[in-house]
Amino acid sequence: MSLLQVENVTKRFGNILAVDNVSLRVEAGELRAVIGPNGAGKTTFFNLISGFHKPDSGRIILENHDVTDLLSTQRVWRGLARTFQITEVFPRLTVRENIQISVEVASGFRLRMGLSRGERLEVQARVEELLEWSRLARNAGRAVGELSHGDQRTVEIMMALALNPRLLLLDEPTAGMGERETYEVAQLIRRLHREKTLAIVLIEHDMRLVLRMADRVMVLDRGGVLADGAPAEIVADETVQAAYLGKAAA
Amino acid sequence: MTARPNPRLAADALIWLLLLTAPFWLNAVGGYTQLGSLVLVMALAATALNFLLGFTGVLSFGHAAFFGLGAYGAGLTIKYLVPSTLLGMLVGVAAAVAAAAIIGRLIVHLRGIYFAMVTIAFGQVFYFIAFRWNNVTGGDDGLSNWSRAPIDLGFARLDLPGSPTTFYYFVLFFFALSLAAMAWALRSPFGRTLLAIRENERRARFIGIPVDNHIWLSWLISCGLAGLAGALFALLNNFADPHDLRWDQSGEFVIMAVLGGMRSFWGPLVGAAIFVVLQDYVSTMTQNWMSFIGAFFVLIVLFFPDGVLGILRRA
Repeated sequence: MSLLQVENVTKRFGNILAVDNVSLRVEAGELRAVIGPNGAGKTTFFNLISGFHKPDSGRIILENHDVTDLLSTQRVWRGLARTFQITEVFPRLTVRENIQISVEVASGFRLRMGLSRGERLEVQARVEELLEWSRLARNAGRAVGELSHGDQRTVEIMMALALNPRLLLLDEPTAGMGERETYEVAQLIRRLHREKTLAIVLIEHDMRLVLRMADRVMVLDRGGVLADGAPAEIVADETVQAAYLGKAAA
Repeated sequence: MTARPNPRLAADALIWLLLLTAPFWLNAVGGYTQLGSLVLVMALAATALNFLLGFTGVLSFGHAAFFGLGAYGAGLTIKYLVPSTLLGMLVGVAAAVAAAAIIGRLIVHLRGIYFAMVTIAFGQVFYFIAFRWNNVTGGDDGLSNWSRAPIDLGFARLDLPGSPTTFYYFVLFFFALSLAAMAWALRSPFGRTLLAIRENERRARFIGIPVDNHIWLSWLISCGLAGLAGALFALLNNFADPHDLRWDQSGEFVIMAVLGGMRSFWGPLVGAAIFVVLQDYVSTMTQNWMSFIGAFFVLIVLFFPDGVLGILRRA
């Protein structure tokens, strides 16, 4: 059984068919990319998987559980985490506090008015581990809003990782970044995939990055699936070249 | 090596020292003990409101309803049921919490101006009940002919009706207890989820915080403590007034919190002190005392959005 199974989901906004009968399977440990021109429905598709929107039809199954009718929060509890195209963090709190909140929620402490010494040390150790792993430790005491765009994105990804997800959705993680920041975030995603062995679904515009990193690529166009396959197959696909890659190649 | 002084701890210590010694110096600066009690009561209500506004990011313009429920709960219990100060307070707080639990469930999914408007509407419902139900609440004349009773602790007797100083310390005890509880909550994992919601609701949701439930809990704490402030207010005056429930009273709590600094834990106390003292002094000179407070409020909001404590911190 796949980790994530999206079966024929459709979403309309008024007269606009944003996602049209799209299916996707993601296996444990797989790095999947979803690409497509602007307006292809990629982010809406992510919003359907993560529970931000409800599909008009179709099913979403996460680890054998039908989560189609679950709220986004309940999907997080079932092992799904995501980042957004525009970085979503707690800007006035420090890097450490941002990650600490995620760790505490993931540890089931969100309603607690206090922690035992052992629990406190456990949370602290996990926060330090994440800070060290992501190389954010040097900025741990700074407000996240003061950091560079790349570091803010790293904080957002680490907040997602702190939840111990089985599936991580990354919506254009390198959007608006320079070459150096793009490289650093790409490295972080590679390390996440290799060392943390979690499945990742990635929306990305940077084709070099997608073709280098992804195990499989799904191409969306006008809400529907244009192609789905290994990166080499996608590059060779004529319809994809015409709709999307051709433009980039030109 | 000498230990560096911690300015935050020093400020906390200074504030508590001033509050603990207030009955001894208030007269010397032209005040009086009841004024000190009034500052504490209003500060408790404004701090309770600020638990929701400043630390959860949710604006309520209906907190007077819960303040008033606390006042009427205490007054009605003492007048009609048992002349017990503590039982009156308990009923007042219970009434506020029960109403907040039900109303909160109905409105907690609303955000921003919609939430604020609905809280005004619910607040006005309670105001009209108190205003119209003459037989029980005394209507527009308010609930009178009752008074706070002394408390027998076994080893000591608190002369609440006869000694303004004893009543001041009685209020200070509940003020300190409530503030300690709020400070404790805000430093806990639950408190950090409230800060998370204030900072970015979408992110809070996507790290697994059921945002509506946590706002509801914050609302419950906030309204319950506003109810406690209302009960103490009624005991201070031996009177409950329907105007305690009105929307302009809610507005005054918001003004106190913003005036002092809603991002700061002590801000509402500072705001309440300024508001109550200005009201007390200026109202002896002119009936238009609210114009002066209004002008001062506008200046603070325009030039110092972090409130009076923000100015002090910058200095």
